[in-house]
Amino acid sequence: MKSQAAYFNGLFSAGSKSNNQPPHQATNPFFAMVRKEVADQVHSWRFIILAGLILLTFLGSMYVSLTNISKAVSNINDPDRLYLYLKLLTTTDGSLPPFHIFIGFLGPLLGISLGFDAINSEQSGGTLIRLMAQPVYRDSVINAKFVASLIVITTLFLSLNLLMIGGGLIITGVSMEPSELMRILCFVILSVIYVSFWLNLSILLSVKFRQPATSALTAIAIWIFFTVFYQIIVNVIIKAFLPSPDVLSQDQLVAYNRIILTFLRFVPSQLYTDATTTLLMPSVRSLGPLTMEQMAGAIPSPLSVRESLLVVWPQVSGLIAATVVCFALSYYLFMRREIRT
Amino acid sequence: MEQPIIEINGLTKYYGSLKAVDNLHLAINKGEIFGLLGPNGAGKSTTILMLLGLTEPSAGEARICGLNAARNPIPVKRKVGYMPDNVGFYNELTALENLTYIGRLNGIPEAEVKDRARNMLAEVGLEAAIHKKAGAFSRGMKQRLGLADVLLKQPEVIILDEPTLGIDPTGVRDFLELIRQLSQAQGLTILLSSHHLHQVQQVCNRVGIFVGGRLLAEGNIETLAANLFNAAPYAVQVTLKTAISETNGLEKDILRLPAVSKVTIDGTVVEISGQEDITPDIVRFFVQHGFDVTGVQQKSYGLDEIYQRYFENNLKENVSNEKSSGLFQRSFFSRFKKQ
Repeated sequence: MKSQAAYFNGLFSAGSKSNNQPPHQATNPFFAMVRKEVADQVHSWRFIILAGLILLTFLGSMYVSLTNISKAVSNINDPDRLYLYLKLLTTTDGSLPPFHIFIGFLGPLLGISLGFDAINSEQSGGTLIRLMAQPVYRDSVINAKFVASLIVITTLFLSLNLLMIGGGLIITGVSMEPSELMRILCFVILSVIYVSFWLNLSILLSVKFRQPATSALTAIAIWIFFTVFYQIIVNVIIKAFLPSPDVLSQDQLVAYNRIILTFLRFVPSQLYTDATTTLLMPSVRSLGPLTMEQMAGAIPSPLSVRESLLVVWPQVSGLIAATVVCFALSYYLFMRREIRT
Repeated sequence: MEQPIIEINGLTKYYGSLKAVDNLHLAINKGEIFGLLGPNGAGKSTTILMLLGLTEPSAGEARICGLNAARNPIPVKRKVGYMPDNVGFYNELTALENLTYIGRLNGIPEAEVKDRARNMLAEVGLEAAIHKKAGAFSRGMKQRLGLADVLLKQPEVIILDEPTLGIDPTGVRDFLELIRQLSQAQGLTILLSSHHLHQVQQVCNRVGIFVGGRLLAEGNIETLAANLFNAAPYAVQVTLKTAISETNGLEKDILRLPAVSKVTIDGTVVEISGQEDITPDIVRFFVQHGFDVTGVQQKSYGLDEIYQRYFENNLKENVSNEKSSGLFQRSFFSRFKKQ
């Protein structure tokens, strides 16, 4: 990490030659920053409230799935019935959505709340310039903020899922398949990537806007646009432009359906839902419509972890790409900006 | 000749088309307290930011301790302590936590950092508020905490941007005294910017007057005065009991005295200015000529007069500059009215 930071410094300050650091530095300043940021996040009220909310929904959906688990496991028509722990995450009787749907909804809020005032509150508080006057690289500030929030999110999701596994072990006594553990870990990683996309988006807005309120509201506006209005707009446009389905052939219908799905997949939460559904339900083989030829001869059995991952790989890489783009943009803007208040 | 610790050569900074700092040359020696004096928006803060490598200069270079600030910002920041104007702290952390964080960023070993922060807080007189949240601090206390924060890294150079802004007069006096003591005790070089000339006058060895991005004059207060009022740096005002009837002859007589360059007589008041301080000779002259002297007042030029004089000169330029901005404003407002 240190050498990398030094490399970046070389890049941005046009080749600094002498880097006369003391030979035994106590703590790397970067880690001191990460440590302070993590402490800040964990102590902040907004994180406590959102973590409490997520914990509540987690407990609620676990309760619902535990009361229905015996029914789900004894359902012979379901090829996934033997994956007990995946069932714990996805089973519901309709009274409460399963946990991964909740995360699809609450994850953006968590990400936004962790990042919306990352840079601008430091700037308006006058601490950013004091921080920059210390012997630290400028990018350490934004990197530390991102890494700290990432640590917090990962810890939260990992501990929740491990809690679920442990609870399931105690209550049911059923041992766990390695592939189940893999799927659950992939689910955790996916959730972290999803939340970090929103985190980076809100960090980007916090670099762009000087008022924390503006950046928070903009981030929430983007979130609401994608969760509510985007689908409506896509549907309106489809109704206006697409020919009536009655006059279309089968092939044309499939082609149009693909186009609609592609447009719907610009929404991060759609990508997340697609990916988690495939990961947590091993029998899901495709996210689009399948033709009869494709289905012919297929045995309704669960896929292996690798194959499920292959199915969702476009979604996962899309999410990672969106996250990286947001971070790169905020990095660029932050490195270029005047830091005086 | 010792190498100056701060060296500025032809430093220039543009913000768009605005020239914030214009071809600045300056050298500050080790152990000096230098005051950067100028009105708001003169480019003082921009110069300071360029000294620290926080803003890239458009042209020229700034060297601190022989290091180019724009190219080697990290080693420079290790040697320079900077206190910005409106210094801010993490409100939810205590004074001690704020300081230990900065200590860690400066690579102070974990075992020492708390003790050093505590000692520093005691040194600036905040031992009672060590566990108080920084958000509850008063302006003066924040300024002290800012000083502790600057000193914690044991810098060679301290740069203070408007350090006395918003503190009450006693606070200012204490604060400046603290700065002076520290400078003497540790041989620190201090650069402070201010628009309060009296405060600068109290502590600085040397001042530079900074207006519109240019350094108009530099030196200690006496040389500045001498430069500005070079015709007559010393002036004496003599008040007489009765008005002088025959002025011309008297004027010539006074001008014959050594080093007198200008005499104005206005009723009972005679103003004499010259190259040297010859107040005793003047008094003797009046007494010998049988005048009843009721008062003799020696005029000395403080920063006030110097400041005033420079701004008067600068005012003319500003007027011509404002014309264009006025035009812009007018068109802007007229567009507003139409809507």
